[in-house]
Amino acid sequence: MFDVLDQTPGKLGFIDAHGKLVNELPDGVSIDWLQQSYQHMVRIRQLDKKAVALQRTGQMHTYPSCLGQEAIGTGIGMAMQDADVLVPYYRDQATQVLRGVSMQQILQVWGGDERGNLFEGAAVKDFPNCVPIGTQMSHAAGIAAAMKSRGVKQAVVANCGDGATSRGDVYEALNLVGVWQLPMVAVINNNQWAISVPRGLQTATATLAEKALAVGIDSIQIDGNDVVAVFQAVRNALTRARSGKGGTLIEAVSYRLSDHTTADDATRYREASEVSQAWEYDPVKRLQTYLHELGQWTPAQEQSLLAEVKQSIDKAVADYLNTAPQAADDFMAYVFAAMPQPLQAQRERLLARLERDNAAGGNCDDS
Amino acid sequence: MTANTASKNKEKAVGKSRATNARPGADNVHGVTLVEAINLALRRALSDDPDVVVLGEDIGINGGVFRATLGLREAFGYKRVIDTPLAEALIAGISVGMASQGMRPVAEIQFMGFINATVEQMLCHAGRLRNRTRGRLSCPMVLRAPFGGGIHAPEHHSESTEAMFAHMPGLRVVIPSSPTRAYGLLLSAIRNPDPVVFLEPKRIYRMVRQQVVDDGQGLPLDTCFTLREGTDLTLVSWGAMVHETLLAAKQLEEIGVAAEVIDVATISPLDMDTIRRSVEKTGRCVVIQEAPRSFGVGSEISARIAEEALLYLRAPVQRVAGYDTPMPYPGNESLYMPSVADIVDAATATLENA
Ligand SMILES: Cc1ncc(C[n+]2csc(CCOP(=O)(O)OP(=O)(O)O)c2C)c(N)n1
Repeated sequence: MFDVLDQTPGKLGFIDAHGKLVNELPDGVSIDWLQQSYQHMVRIRQLDKKAVALQRTGQMHTYPSCLGQEAIGTGIGMAMQDADVLVPYYRDQATQVLRGVSMQQILQVWGGDERGNLFEGAAVKDFPNCVPIGTQMSHAAGIAAAMKSRGVKQAVVANCGDGATSRGDVYEALNLVGVWQLPMVAVINNNQWAISVPRGLQTATATLAEKALAVGIDSIQIDGNDVVAVFQAVRNALTRARSGKGGTLIEAVSYRLSDHTTADDATRYREASEVSQAWEYDPVKRLQTYLHELGQWTPAQEQSLLAEVKQSIDKAVADYLNTAPQAADDFMAYVFAAMPQPLQAQRERLLARLERDNAAGGNCDDS
Repeated sequence: MTANTASKNKEKAVGKSRATNARPGADNVHGVTLVEAINLALRRALSDDPDVVVLGEDIGINGGVFRATLGLREAFGYKRVIDTPLAEALIAGISVGMASQGMRPVAEIQFMGFINATVEQMLCHAGRLRNRTRGRLSCPMVLRAPFGGGIHAPEHHSESTEAMFAHMPGLRVVIPSSPTRAYGLLLSAIRNPDPVVFLEPKRIYRMVRQQVVDDGQGLPLDTCFTLREGTDLTLVSWGAMVHETLLAAKQLEEIGVAAEVIDVATISPLDMDTIRRSVEKTGRCVVIQEAPRSFGVGSEISARIAEEALLYLRAPVQRVAGYDTPMPYPGNESLYMPSVADIVDAATATLENA
């Protein structure tokens, strides 16, 4: 049986798995807020589905699904202010889109095109998502250190998975957050599996939140399938961070409903019954139920949302598929601020090679 | 690549061969792939020697993300086939510890892009445990990792950083380029009393099938394999690039050029004798690597040719290589990787020198 956090007393949660309100909604969480969050989660779920389909049809490379974890990304994105900085890992599509990264860019990154990392708007100082596990946490601590040293009222949100907590990098970064009282909010997306290794084989502690004890920072374990809980915990932590009170570790308990990535086959190591049980805690469904029972979400609204989402995703996909390829020498253009002569020579070598291949009918396309 | 490669250094056994019951490995009737050969060698090592353990991320129930360890946990149990927490520095570090006590850990790093956390352990400890204890302790561990590009994997999954380990004293760096060599070299690596970094070219994990006789025979380390004899020029390569190199040799043959092809196999310590003898014979050499051009294994080989065989050269040594840039995201990865045409071009340019 996996970890389920469903508003256990003393833990933070508002809307339970059945879509029932179990605690009074916090300030700022209006019906409108709930509807917006719901719509975003639906958008991300559909985008995710589309991305997997694109991969299955050979139109995209390996993709890490965020199915089942939409509430974590959405709650974080709703809580962050533009001036904050996001240091994401590879399952943070929901937060990135709320920060202004376009859906087309999300597809581009996993389609193997660096231009997907050209963020604008609120995300302009955000990091690209991080593939080597846990290594991003120290960047976040460094960003927080820069913020603190400049005396600005900003904070960093850095995310990682449960498996990442086994790495020294994560502990080292959190340790510094404690020692230097850095304005950093670390969110562990506890989706309970690190590829085939379950949480219980990763660490012997009862919770991941308690890892904060060893480094002297605040922490909280929350229901990661409850978007309100995620929002509230992250917002509180960000407020504390911005006012100089230091960092927080948040363990958001959720479940990875998908394969690890499109290159993985989770049926090799995971019981189907576990997954179907986990679906009962679905973050999207519960919010829909809650809104529906309040009379604030009708089947007609659902229909028009799905239609609108489909349209915007279709457009993102079309834009993704129709984007002209990067210039062949693009992968050399950004290595240094100014291209050093030896690399310039290699660039010429590359261009000559392309000319030769084109003359021979071209054999360089692999996408 | 074919099984009956002409070889000056005959692929002869060096490992101890112990009688063992034939074990059901991968389907060997139609030959095995490179990754299946790895699996066969691991099976053989685990059953031959109770001190061998296999460890890493996702290697147990999942059989490794490339299935190199498929079925091993079922056959040998949790204590011999160990899923570790997600922590590469730890994997290398505990391997040093286990090896120092006489065990033979064979650790898997999921992708070579994630091997970097092991660098401190490999450089500061694995490579010098014997030396700093004046031989009192040794470190018979193997660190395996799939490496190289060409499979459209995400960022950080496709680098070729073999030179980094080759530059570390006290380590052997071994790279197979075919199923038979994968089987034989891995067995020898596991039986070797010193630490071995064993890098598996994942692009050719499933590219060809070869009959591999699962007889427990190792292949010699520290020696190159001459895959094809020729008199006009020497092509030197290792890993997946051996595939393009052999294809280039074939194309050259069609235009009347007899290329000798050398698979370096153990890139460190480097068997310079085989390369030098070949260059003395042909007078021309092209070194092919997928890794960035500068400061790599190809640079070392070129320098050694300059030191040891310059007067035999009839043309400057050429390198065909990747670029001194990060490996591009998969959309552009083929722009980065050397092609058969690049090798043929470099070879013909070399031949154009009088
Ligand atoms: C340093 C490093 N080692 C191994 C990998 C391969 N890998 C990718 S994701 C993953 C599991 C990560 O699990 P977790 O941190 O729980 O995050 P999740 O993917 O479950 O969200 C592994 C082992 C990697 N990307 N980086």
